[in-house]
Amino acid sequence: MEGIIRVLVAKPGLDGHDRGAKVIARALRDAGMEVIYTGLRQTPEQIVSAAIQEDVDVVAMSILSGAHNSIFPKVVGLLKKQGADDILIIGGGVIPNEDIPYLKEQGIKEIFTPGTTTKEIVEFIRGNI
Amino acid sequence: MDIEKKILEGDKRACARLITLLENGNEEGIQILKKLYPRSGNAYVIGVTGSPGSGKSTLTYKMVKELLKTGKKVGIIAIDPTSPFTGGAILGDRIRMNELSLEKNVFIRSMGTRGFLGGTSRATTSAMAALDIFGCDYIFIETVGVGQSEVEIVRLADTVLMVMVPNMGDDIQAIKAGILEIVDIFAINKSDLDGSDKTKLEIEMNLDLNREMDYRPPVLQVSASKNTNIDILIDEIFEHRKYQENTNILRDRRINNNKEEIIKLVEEELLKIIYNKAIEGDVLRELAHKVTNRETNLYDARDKIISLLIKNKKESF
Amino acid sequence: MFEENKLEKIRKSHKDWEENKVKKSVDKFPERSEKFTTSSDIDIKKVYTPEDIQDIDYLEDINFPGSYPYTRGVQPTMYRSKLWTMRQYAGFATAEESNKRYKYLLEQGQTGLSVAFDLPTQIGYDSDHDLSEGEVGKVGVAIDSLKDMEILFDGIPLDKVSTSMTINAPASILLAMYIVVGEKQGIPSDKLRGTIQNDILKEYIARGTYIYPPEPSMRLITNIFEYCSKEVPKWNTISISGYHIREAGSNAAQEIAFTLADGIAYVEAALEAGLKVDEFAPRLSFFFNSHNNLFEEVAKFRAARRLWARIMKERFYAKLDKSLQLKFHTQTAGSTLTAHQADNNIVRVAIQTLAAVLGGTQSLHTNSRDEALALPTEESVRIALKTQQIVGYESGVADTIDPLAGSYYVESLTDEIEKKAMEYIDKIDSLGGAPKAIEKGYIQKEIQNSAYQHQKQVESLETVIVGVNKFKVEENQNRELLKVDKEVQELQEGKLKKLKEERNNEKVKVLLSDLKEKAKTSENLMPFIIEAVKSYATLGEICDVLRDVFGEYEQRVIL
Repeated sequence: MEGIIRVLVAKPGLDGHDRGAKVIARALRDAGMEVIYTGLRQTPEQIVSAAIQEDVDVVAMSILSGAHNSIFPKVVGLLKKQGADDILIIGGGVIPNEDIPYLKEQGIKEIFTPGTTTKEIVEFIRGNI
Repeated sequence: MDIEKKILEGDKRACARLITLLENGNEEGIQILKKLYPRSGNAYVIGVTGSPGSGKSTLTYKMVKELLKTGKKVGIIAIDPTSPFTGGAILGDRIRMNELSLEKNVFIRSMGTRGFLGGTSRATTSAMAALDIFGCDYIFIETVGVGQSEVEIVRLADTVLMVMVPNMGDDIQAIKAGILEIVDIFAINKSDLDGSDKTKLEIEMNLDLNREMDYRPPVLQVSASKNTNIDILIDEIFEHRKYQENTNILRDRRINNNKEEIIKLVEEELLKIIYNKAIEGDVLRELAHKVTNRETNLYDARDKIISLLIKNKKESF
Repeated sequence: MFEENKLEKIRKSHKDWEENKVKKSVDKFPERSEKFTTSSDIDIKKVYTPEDIQDIDYLEDINFPGSYPYTRGVQPTMYRSKLWTMRQYAGFATAEESNKRYKYLLEQGQTGLSVAFDLPTQIGYDSDHDLSEGEVGKVGVAIDSLKDMEILFDGIPLDKVSTSMTINAPASILLAMYIVVGEKQGIPSDKLRGTIQNDILKEYIARGTYIYPPEPSMRLITNIFEYCSKEVPKWNTISISGYHIREAGSNAAQEIAFTLADGIAYVEAALEAGLKVDEFAPRLSFFFNSHNNLFEEVAKFRAARRLWARIMKERFYAKLDKSLQLKFHTQTAGSTLTAHQADNNIVRVAIQTLAAVLGGTQSLHTNSRDEALALPTEESVRIALKTQQIVGYESGVADTIDPLAGSYYVESLTDEIEKKAMEYIDKIDSLGGAPKAIEKGYIQKEIQNSAYQHQKQVESLETVIVGVNKFKVEENQNRELLKVDKEVQELQEGKLKKLKEERNNEKVKVLLSDLKEKAKTSENLMPFIIEAVKSYATLGEICDVLRDVFGEYEQRVIL
């Protein structure tokens, strides 16, 4: 039996806006994936711990508070430390274009800014696992 | 990664990987499980069932928190329904247990029911075995709350805990008799709400009517959100365990469970083989057409498909 | 409203028009879509006529501005006397920076202040807390203690401005700080004017900056109602919010339904706490979204006013006019603004401004064009402010009150939305009220479903977003954006250290301990919070004391 793609959708930091994360969680489910949604106020440690135990293929983080430059790389770093650098890491939210190169350097495979369709995200995941 | 070695060292990632392999029916994973199987059988399994909205996740979280005080290692398998249309699932039980994410002695795994061909049984029992080998002293299986798979999963447990909420009223009658008969402990959650005493009375009355029991299930009033009587609930689990161990019931129960498990695994495997055969060359679809056109009937169709399997076996001799 | 035989003539004519003229035209020019609907799924007809409003009674259902049920506005003269307050939400980085921005905005003609706090402040954490890492000063100003508050309003006379503070869970503490700052400026608390958002229910529903569980949170809210009714009588003690509910994905009818349902819950809580309705109701205020569909939005605002007036009169037996009047602040819809071709957002905001003004808002914040990218630059925020000024001074729409009244379309829509909203409110009542409905996840599920539906409509092009799913343009996004330095966090951490060295720590300890004891009783906590604030106890320290007593809210996510 083929494996089902497992995705961790996480809300790191104190940002409470979860409309996007929830819409994406639903879209991924509708695309046949198993989505583990962490809820709000996740620390990098909690995100990584969940990613490891759930053995996810993808970690998708949503953040609209501007704290992405410090939080995203932390998550990447912790995952690397645990030997889990085969996990696809993507992010989205309110992230200015000029921050994207830095984040990609740090290990985020792609950043999905406002206006991205759920289809694009599904296709990206399927094409990059 | 050397899963075999690492899982015995208590490496969480190795345990997680093994569960994934088994969930997918991966041959490598199955080989590892076969090899390490003798090391399992130590964990005590508690099945947590109850309708959606009864607060199962929060209650499980509080129970585990209580158990951690005794220094035990605990595994939690949280099951959510897979969409029959898309094959996907949103697994949200972990949210209620956020605080446990960082506990060294806790391992939480979310699983979808994955339905037909996915096999609830294989996935769940495999995950249980992996957690067992990993070193869990207790494993909580938190189920979806409705449906036939409910009864199946719960049969895997050593103790079955049913979570209810006050004012279930007619729902108690409506609950499949199958469930009520296999419950070992009743916990009325949100017991601070009106109607809690009435619900307890109703359950007790049902127990009076429906069963000859060697062990009458206790009916507890708890509150996960207010942390009421969680310690008593844990004590009752210990009590039930002690009772079952002292009377050898536990061993018989597990033998019975494993018997059912073996049959279910055989069923799933056979079904998979037959289904694959039937899909090959569109046999199944053609038969369905013929039945609808009354060119053949359901029973002959059944026999035709079974003959495919047997033919296969015959050919292999 | 109309004579029966005149109506009959119109009906006949209408039928004739449809069957002949329209049919001919549609054969040549088919309609753009099979169905036209508003966000609330209300069918939009080809044309509206007197038939659509025949059952409306002008004096009973619409009446004059400032007269029950206030459909046309809560004041008799509305913008003819005074334009709405132009109140731009602002705040970022340190109190010093924000103070500069406030002075700039006041110079540019803004008529009221609106304070944005950073997430650690909103959730009751000091800037040096673990969870504040990376968040300090990012979405608003960092306020760790009274000292920061003093800097924030340095040189701004609190008797000359009204200040709105977007703060919820720790609202009591920020209000206490504001009162003390006023005191230090020599201004008695009964002269202070402003608002605190203080709406915890919507935090559980849509916004996420909660701290404590529902019960103690309601206690803090009613404490504030009571305290202000005596000590800060000009203060709006709550801004019952629909903005965030709409941003989270609800439609227009749901926006006002869920907001008014929350309002009902607050009124009931205050009554239960022993207050009399006319004692606190005049100081309740609301906060709505101003979205894309111009006419639906105007109808929405009118429906909200009428609905609330009826609820306060018939359900709560309020007697004072001011208790029945729904006054509200509006913000243009952030979620409609795009990251692509961001200058187009200026146009979107202009239309949304028009909707809010035609809808009779008391105050307005207009979003800046870079909303989807970062906090606004000075230039962007200036354009947003000018948008309001242009609508107010150049367009003429403010020169008569409720100009869309009597429009067959708008009056019909107003009725429809009121009806739909009432259905939701009835449903919530049947679940036991807003707090119970939130616990059961009913409101959240409705919002999520609307949000998902909207996304699907966008992806299927049923809903067009210019520049995003239609009329796309390749563009080089090189625009200047506001950046908040990491240094802000270090600065604040330094300030905290200094503060704790310089203040009287013994006094702080005693006052915090007092507060803890009082929190366990049912006494009004405001005086004790004020004392703690005066001694320069930090926001985090005060919130932690309350955390010890009240516990923390455990999130429930129903997807």
